[in-house]
Amino acid sequence: MHFHKFEKIWLTFGIGALVLFLVILGYGAFYLGTHPQSHGVTIDPQNVEAHEAFKPENLGLTKVDEDRYIVNVVASAFHYDFGVDADGNAINHIEIPKGATVLFQVVTKDVIHGFNIAGTNVNMMVEPGYISSMEVEMNQAGEFTLLCNEYCGIGHHMMYTTVEVYQ
Amino acid sequence: MALRNVVLPNEDPRQLLAIPKQEAKLYMSFMYVAFISLFIGGLMGLLQVLVRSGSFTLPFGIGYYQILTVHGVILALVLTTFFIIGFQFTLMSKTVGMSVKQRKVSWLAFWIMTIGTLVTAVTILLGKASVLYTFYAPLKAHPAFYIGLALVIVGTWVAAFVNWRQLYLWKKGHPGEKSPLLAFMVTINMIMWFIASLGVAAAVLVQFIPWSLGYAETINVLVSRTLFWYFGHPLVYFWLLPAYMAWYAIIPKIIGGKLFSDSLARLSFVLFLFFSIPVGFHHQLTEPGIDPTWKFIQVVLTFMVIIPSLMTAFSLFATFEITGRRKGYGGLFGWFKHLPWKDVRFFAPFVGMLAFIPGGAGGIINASHQVNTLVHNTIWVTGHFHLTVATTVILTFFGITYWLIPHLTGRKLTKSVNRLGIFQTIVWGVGMLIMSGAMHIQGLLGGPRRSAYSDYGGTEQAVSWGAYQMAQAIGGTILFVGIILMVYIFIKLTFFSPKGVEEFPVAEEEENAEPTPKWMENWKLWIAITIALILFAYTIPFVDIIQNSPPGSVPFDWPIGNS
Amino acid sequence: MKQNGKTYTNHEKEPNLKGTLLSVGALGLFIVISWTVVFAIFLSR
Repeated sequence: MHFHKFEKIWLTFGIGALVLFLVILGYGAFYLGTHPQSHGVTIDPQNVEAHEAFKPENLGLTKVDEDRYIVNVVASAFHYDFGVDADGNAINHIEIPKGATVLFQVVTKDVIHGFNIAGTNVNMMVEPGYISSMEVEMNQAGEFTLLCNEYCGIGHHMMYTTVEVYQ
Repeated sequence: MALRNVVLPNEDPRQLLAIPKQEAKLYMSFMYVAFISLFIGGLMGLLQVLVRSGSFTLPFGIGYYQILTVHGVILALVLTTFFIIGFQFTLMSKTVGMSVKQRKVSWLAFWIMTIGTLVTAVTILLGKASVLYTFYAPLKAHPAFYIGLALVIVGTWVAAFVNWRQLYLWKKGHPGEKSPLLAFMVTINMIMWFIASLGVAAAVLVQFIPWSLGYAETINVLVSRTLFWYFGHPLVYFWLLPAYMAWYAIIPKIIGGKLFSDSLARLSFVLFLFFSIPVGFHHQLTEPGIDPTWKFIQVVLTFMVIIPSLMTAFSLFATFEITGRRKGYGGLFGWFKHLPWKDVRFFAPFVGMLAFIPGGAGGIINASHQVNTLVHNTIWVTGHFHLTVATTVILTFFGITYWLIPHLTGRKLTKSVNRLGIFQTIVWGVGMLIMSGAMHIQGLLGGPRRSAYSDYGGTEQAVSWGAYQMAQAIGGTILFVGIILMVYIFIKLTFFSPKGVEEFPVAEEEENAEPTPKWMENWKLWIAITIALILFAYTIPFVDIIQNSPPGSVPFDWPIGNS
Repeated sequence: MKQNGKTYTNHEKEPNLKGTLLSVGALGLFIVISWTVVFAIFLSR
């Protein structure tokens, strides 16, 4: 089988570029720990409240340390449960200071949902039986739309809330 | 003997066979279903972009996700599969022939696929299966939806067995000869399709059907998704490879040239067979239950499948350049000007090739492990596959239609249809540029895919997406005009064009071409390597998924409005 | 190129594919640039 000289040059360049991409991605993933979320932590989808993090009183934003927060969310068609505020009203907006490190932990009680803070790298599939989690540093200020980006039924596009990252 | 393909010893084996009338009827049946699907699916697409513009509401209580399901199933599964199986049959018939018995079995394939399609379509239209074409558990559709899909797949298997038998008999009649290039390519594509669709068939037969019927209480969601995507990525190569067949072996003839390299074309197809399947995790990168190391391994394998496409790009440019230079057009790009721009059989696939440049680049980005979180389930992805399948693949299929339909119906591609076809191609290109471009940008801004119109409570971000959704409505409307034109062209070529003989263009090798190495047809080895790669990529993570499974999921039908 | 004692002349002089090399080069550049741009967006978020 014969390769033209120029085809050898092209394939060397092309494969070289692919290898370079993979090295960059691999360095980020394995050395800096920027893997996409994958923890394989399981939970009973019919009884998520049994897990400490998803008891009704532990839902929503919790400050755990200076500039460290945890956000626990229970997703269900077509709603994100962030718990209730002091007056007993459902929370549908959270505020996080810029630069804070936030651990998002999300589970679903029914079907598959998405959990995407639009315009950020917080983007996870939420599947029955697994805890989706991702720790990020919120570095951009502004108001973000947190929405379900995996089809979950006829109300899918009504499943959202807002996250404000303030200065 | 009922075989047409018995070639006398002194006959040139590369000579193309004629397609008898009865066979043409079979192949046209596949085309009818394909083009009816194009029209229905396209209409649904139009309704979707209009709804998403925010200024249109569906009448008669039709749900957005119902039409989205129709759009996905009928275009991504029905149109593509029927066109591909029909087109591949013509390639086999032309190069290796079809016996009467094979034709009868092929009709069986057609009817199994068609009945399956009808069962699934009716279920969706009754509003019992608004689960989108990926039908992710634990959303539950009516069992008939899954049964219909299973029938479509079984039908394609029958077609695959016929194709393999066709080549097998030809080889028996031609000992020591290499198989015709197009027959080789069809065989590769159907081997890949068969191995891949075993995954989705297992999910549907073992998991979905018993569960939706109530025989199984719960379903293992991650297993079903993993089986689906084991099939889902080779599915896109099943669409792409027939386009590559046309690019490698038909386009050179249309532009008045020869094959660039028989062996390199075969090598790229063998590489596609190896690397199309063990890569499904790159659709599951943001899922919680799969080991990230195995995700990364499949990302590496995904990058391997880019290599045969790099080879294809070189081969195409080289075909153009060599042909042009031979015709006396020198200079660095003189050959580019000579290309038959006014011949729609070339022009439509060429625009398809152009679309594959951003389409391919976008694909590399999508598969880039952690970078996938930037685009996953945003409308960028929708923009991506509207470039790859809905432009690259479909424009190549349209390019094939212009000569294949008249060839089968005994008519001619007229000058006026050719002109209309050029116009159709431009309409498609412009519409897609606007729609897909807007989708890519909106996706980078975070706009989600698979969503009906929503203002998301009026957030600033959602407001900024509005303009792009309007652009998608404009692009989508232009595309629908393109669909009307194409359906008109199809009807014209089928029933009304003047009688005559339209060429079935198949490129030949150079007189003094380097012989294709014999090992290229070591099918057992190719299949063994394919299976080995699949076992390597999937065994450990799949066992891990099963061993660490959470409790299963009960079915949910109320979220799709089906309780 | 010798094979089975027979000489194939067609590859002793390869076809002129300068235009092809430049075209695929441009294609490669497009891929590298788009990937880099999106990767930069990923890093900035």
